[in-house]
Parts: sequence; structure tokens; C-alpha cells
Amino acid sequence: MYQYDQYDQALVDARVADFRDQVRRRLDGSLSEEQFRPLRLTNGLYLQLHAYMLRVAIPYGTLNSAQMRMLGDIADKYDRGYGHFTTRQNIQYNWIKLEEAPDILADLASVEMHAIQTSGNCIRNTTSDQYAGAAADEIVDPRPYAELIRQWSTFHPEFNYLPRKFKMAVIASDTDRAAMRLHDIGIQIVRNAAGELGAAFFVGGGMGRTPMIAPCLNGFVPISQMITYAEACLRVYNQHGRRDNKYKARIKILVHELGKEEYTRQVEAEFAHLLTQNIEPPAAELERIKTFFADPAFEAGAPDTLDRSNPAFAAWVDTNCLAHKQAGYIAVTISLKPVGGIPGDATSDQIRLMADLAKAYSFDELRVTHAQNIVLPHVKKADLFTLWQHLDAAGLGTANLDHIGDMIACPGLDYCSLANARSIPVAQKISERMAAKQHEIGELKLKISGCINACGHHHAGHIGILGVDRKGVENYQLSLGGCEGADTSLGTITGPGFDEDGIVNAVETATQVYLDHKQGGERFLDTYRRIGMAPFKEALYG
Amino acid sequence: MKILTGNDLKSGAVTWWDGSGWSLHVEQAADVGDQGEAIIATEQAARRVVSAYIIDGEPGANGPRPAHIKDRIRALGPTVRLDLSLKPADANAGNWVI
Amino acid sequence: MVETQFRFRSDEPVGDPAVTVDSFGDQTNASAVRLEPGEDARDLLPYLDRIKLVEVNFPAYTDGRGYSAARILREAGYTGELRAVGDVLIDQLAMMRRCGFDSFAPNTELNTADAEAALGRYGDVYQPTTDGRVPLWTKRHG
Repeated sequence: MYQYDQYDQALVDARVADFRDQVRRRLDGSLSEEQFRPLRLTNGLYLQLHAYMLRVAIPYGTLNSAQMRMLGDIADKYDRGYGHFTTRQNIQYNWIKLEEAPDILADLASVEMHAIQTSGNCIRNTTSDQYAGAAADEIVDPRPYAELIRQWSTFHPEFNYLPRKFKMAVIASDTDRAAMRLHDIGIQIVRNAAGELGAAFFVGGGMGRTPMIAPCLNGFVPISQMITYAEACLRVYNQHGRRDNKYKARIKILVHELGKEEYTRQVEAEFAHLLTQNIEPPAAELERIKTFFADPAFEAGAPDTLDRSNPAFAAWVDTNCLAHKQAGYIAVTISLKPVGGIPGDATSDQIRLMADLAKAYSFDELRVTHAQNIVLPHVKKADLFTLWQHLDAAGLGTANLDHIGDMIACPGLDYCSLANARSIPVAQKISERMAAKQHEIGELKLKISGCINACGHHHAGHIGILGVDRKGVENYQLSLGGCEGADTSLGTITGPGFDEDGIVNAVETATQVYLDHKQGGERFLDTYRRIGMAPFKEALYG
Repeated sequence: MKILTGNDLKSGAVTWWDGSGWSLHVEQAADVGDQGEAIIATEQAARRVVSAYIIDGEPGANGPRPAHIKDRIRALGPTVRLDLSLKPADANAGNWVI
Repeated sequence: MVETQFRFRSDEPVGDPAVTVDSFGDQTNASAVRLEPGEDARDLLPYLDRIKLVEVNFPAYTDGRGYSAARILREAGYTGELRAVGDVLIDQLAMMRRCGFDSFAPNTELNTADAEAALGRYGDVYQPTTDGRVPLWTKRHG
């Protein structure tokens, strides 16, 4: 994975000094809260429901064991012994003190980490495929391109005061494992007929109040022009994105209101101009970055068989492990969704254990997935049973990847001042209610958001739940049929909302309708798409 | 009754105006009547609180109970981690929130 | 008129008041123009040869349109004074300089020491603008 050179390190260190000075000026009154707020946001520090919350960037979800260990140590030293992995491949700490924040950033900088631009109206963390470098179906590893975008977007002087936040994702396979089309800019690295690499640009996707699937603006921008094209998209957005209404300020609204054709015309015109300005990185830089993403030293001829005699181990292999491009290896998903647990939370001990396991069994590399789990991308099959035993003993061996127990849930009203309802208790109750049936049900992506901002990605859930405030009382809307892959679709609301017990029952009812109607090997989503909403509505509302 | 809540600037802790200062405990929250905006302006300017706002509270046997569930969660702590709340030993604390 | 607090040019400042973009075309003697957010900097491109000062207004520092306006002007070859006016705070100065601003007239006077520290904080830059600083991705490869 990418390693900082002296320049990257110097910039992060300068940023820590910068922020330390800004905190000093806030505490001595030279900066008002209004002036300070965007500065602390651009270092990932929110004032949240219980305390300050710090969101640490994990670029394209990739980190090594030293970094993971530091994340565990930070949880102990500055927080309350745990961290929360998010739907943008970052980690959040909920109990931070402002006066300690500069020290935390200094600790992070010592392991090449930061919290730069994880909040604010700027370009945020660029996410990617959690199986990059391991998946057999990728045409290249997408992460060097994500790293190039990270550098281009960091401290970009023109795009620090955008109309609103800006989120990008990069993939390099037809199977979209990063919800790419639900981003402000989604990029798919592709090959043209001549075998050359290019970037397909999807611009104007997003969830929240007005979910939209990004249209493709340009199916092939040569890789040697990718950054210039991104700059053109951002400049048009910076100039013309709405600034009168916070809820209409994302680029998806601009693309929708101008229309894809007109927005594309403006981007292509700006692109033509910017090509004369020589702002693209030299090819040598991409080549330099790629050297950090070469395959690890896989052992040729590593045994490709597994002893499946332990049934619990076999079940976990079948759900949580993905075939690797290299024979003898396998990609492992560590579930952070134990039955009845808080989705995406891990204790500092668990975090340090995962760090140690990555170092011992996965070439010192981990990934955070946008579904709030951890991946060890390169595990030798010969080591898999031992690894599983360690995970199982630590409560990290739940076999539920992509099953209903593997739900995404935002922190909700328990932690977030933006929320209208609590999401975690709903997640816990559904997890417990459905645990026994989840393997019979099979693949079912349940996503829960505590408010319309949709940090839980409920629009993209096969089953989605949205918490609302109904005259001061928590209420939950159910939606069905969302999907985030190449066949991205947005869920449809079933009807009137439910209270907390009601939504748990409703989810169980919906899964029963599926089981009653499924044909052949259909997943929940397939059955829903075939039979439509009517049978579900009937069962839910009579 | 009208009570004031905000966060401590340095620590971020949730605080409640008790009539002369900022307390961690909602039980001590004072009824500010129509003085809320004025108190907030003074206190924020002096950096003794940040992001303060006025809420409705219902008087109770153990002090005011914020009218909205969000502020009750702020007063106590996350309902799903009562061990981290202000009252980890109180088995009924969660009921007070909901 | 707000005082210019910082100026990074050695030529004489323009004394004329800045006129609006709308009226600039008609006023053939005018050499100073003021650009509001939402106005298109490219409307000024036909007149670049006689513009000596462009003031870009930041009514709220959160409105970042002026950064694009500045870069567009510099990219078009404008070499006159480019002044950021309005709600300009210390923490925006470095990025504004990179976008091409060479003078600043903030509504509220800024602490000079803090401003100098902010301007000199970052020794290197990741991406190129017209400010001539070599981006790291070029510097790394000689």
C-alpha cells in the first residue's frame, strides 16, 4: 500500500501544526465558533450529540497493522475504548475533547494518517473496492487511481468552499462493490477496444433527501486526462452548484436541474480549456504510486484445499470468504455485526487483534468496507482455520456477510444530532429476531438510516429502513428493492411507517413473503423484482 | 419551563445552565423564562459554552425532563451503551430517556 | 471602501473605484472592476488588456465561487491586480494566493503575525495552479 514520502509526511505534519494553532486561537477567543467551525470540520472534528466526534480518514479503506493498532490505541488514550467504522470506509470516535484533538492528529501523523477533509464542503475521502488487489474480476487495482485522486484533492485551493460536500469512489470491475453510482463522482477504470486504460465518469449520484443514480457523462476519458476531467467537473460545480438551499446544494441537483446534456457540455468545454493548462500529473507519478500496489509475495503452489470438517468454520468460510485471484489464497471478511451487537463498532482490543492478525496472516494489510466490516485481503488457505479460531474467540467470527445480520446502520439518534430516530436498537432487535433464519433467507442487504441524510444508505437496501420523527415520537419507514451494484436501484416505500416493535415485525414479515414466493435460487431482491410490491403490502398492511 | 443546554467548548461535554454556571447534570437545569437568548449570548461570548440552545423541559421529581427524546439522550448518554452514560449503575436510566 | 491590508505586488495600486461587470463594457476609461459571486469571470476576458484591478467579492467566506473566478482570470493570462475583498479570514489566505489573488481587503483587520504564519505554513503543494509552485507530482520526478 501507499507509503508517504518526506513530502506527504511534511504536509500532514504542517496540517497538525496548523490545526493546533487554530485551536489555540479558538480557545483564546481570536476565532469565533462561526469562524472556527469550517476549520475544525476540514479536520474531521464535529461537535456532536455527546461530545466532539472525530472522523479519521482511511484512504480508499486501506490500512496496515501499525495504523490499525494506532486506531485502537487512540480509542483507549483519548476516547472510551472503541471506534466506529463507517459507510465511507473511515473510523469515528465519539467522545473527543477539543483540547486533545491536535494531539490525536499528531499521533495519527506518526503513522501516516490524518483527518483531513473528512468533513466540510470539500472533497472527502475517495472510497474503493474492499477486494482491490485480490478480486479476480478487476482489470487493474483501482487504488493507485484513488491515491492519485487523494493527492489531487488534498488542500486543493479552488475547491475548499464548495456548495456542499463531495464524495468520490473508484472501481475497476464491472461488479460494483463500492456503490460507485451513488457518489458525486464515480469512476470505473475500463479498457477500450485497443486495450488502453481509461476512466468512465459517472457524475451526479447520491442518496440523502433526493437519491439519484449518477448518469455516465463520458464512458472513456484516457487515464492520462483523468485528473483534468475531474477538475473540470468540480469547477463547473463550484461555480454553478446551488448555494441558496443546503438541501439542494449537491452536484446531483445541478446535474438534474441542468440536465445531463447541458452539464456535460459545460464540463467538456471546461475540460478543453483545462487541457491547455497542463494540470495533469505526469505518467511517472502514477507509475511511482503503482509500485506500492504490486502484488504481495504470494507463495506459489500454496495448497488450495480447506479442511471443512468443523461445521462452524465451514459455514463461516461459505459466507465470509471470497475466492482470490491467486490460487491458495482467500479474501476474508471480518464481521463487525455480532448478533445483537452495534453494527460497525469494535473495541480497542478487537482493533488491535485485527491488526495483529493482518500482520500475521494477510501481508500486513486490512481494508474497511463501506458495509462497516473489515477485510483481510490476502490470507493463505493453509492459515484460514487458525485465523478463524482467533476471530471466533474474540467475537469477530460471525458468519453473516451479505445476510440480514450484516446490516448497515448509521449511528442514529443515540449518537448523532442530525438524527430523527435511533437506528442501533432497531438493528439489534432485527439481528436477534432474524438470527436463526438468516441462512435460510440468504443474501439480503438491510440498511438503516436514522434520518433523511441517509448515512446508512437505506435507499440502496434490499430492505431499507428510514427513521423519522412523527410528532416527537420515533417512527420507521420501510422500503424494498434498493440495490447498489451495477444494477443500482432505489428502494420503494411500502406504506405507512411503524413504531420500533412494528418495524422489527415488518422486516420479519417481508422476509416471510420472500420465502413463501421464492423460485429456484432467487435472492430476496430477485423475488421482489419479479413479484413486485403488492404481495408485500398485502402481508404488511392486510 | 425553558432550560438551556449546550456543550463545553474544551471537552465537548453536554452541559445545562443551572442558574449561575454550566452543569453536567440535567437535574440541575434552571428555568430561564425569557432570558435564554441573553444568557446564551453572554455565555458563548465568554467561551463558557458552545452551541447552546433553549429547550422545553417538564418539571419532575428529579429535576427537569427535556421534552424531546434527543435532549434526553444528550442528558444521559447513548441508550445502547448505558455503561457509558452518566448513570451506568442505574438500571432504570434508559426508561427515563424513552 | 475597505482598506487593502495585504498586497503582494510592487506596482502602484489602482486608484479608480471598481465598477460592476455590467457597466464595465460601457465605461471605456474604467480600469477596475468588481466581480460578485455568480458573475462569470469569462465576461471580462475581452477586456483583460485594459483591466488593472479585479476585485472579487466574498460576501461570506463559505461562498467559494471567487476561487474559480480568480483561477479563470489567471489562466486566461490576466496579470493585473486580483484582490479578494469582504469576508476574508486568515485561514483562506494561502489558498487564495494559490488561486492567483495578490491583494486582500478583509472586512475585519487580520492579525499580521497569524496571517504570515498561515501563508508560510505549507512548504509544498500537491497540485498546480498558475502560481508557479511546482506540484509534488512533478517535483518527485525531477
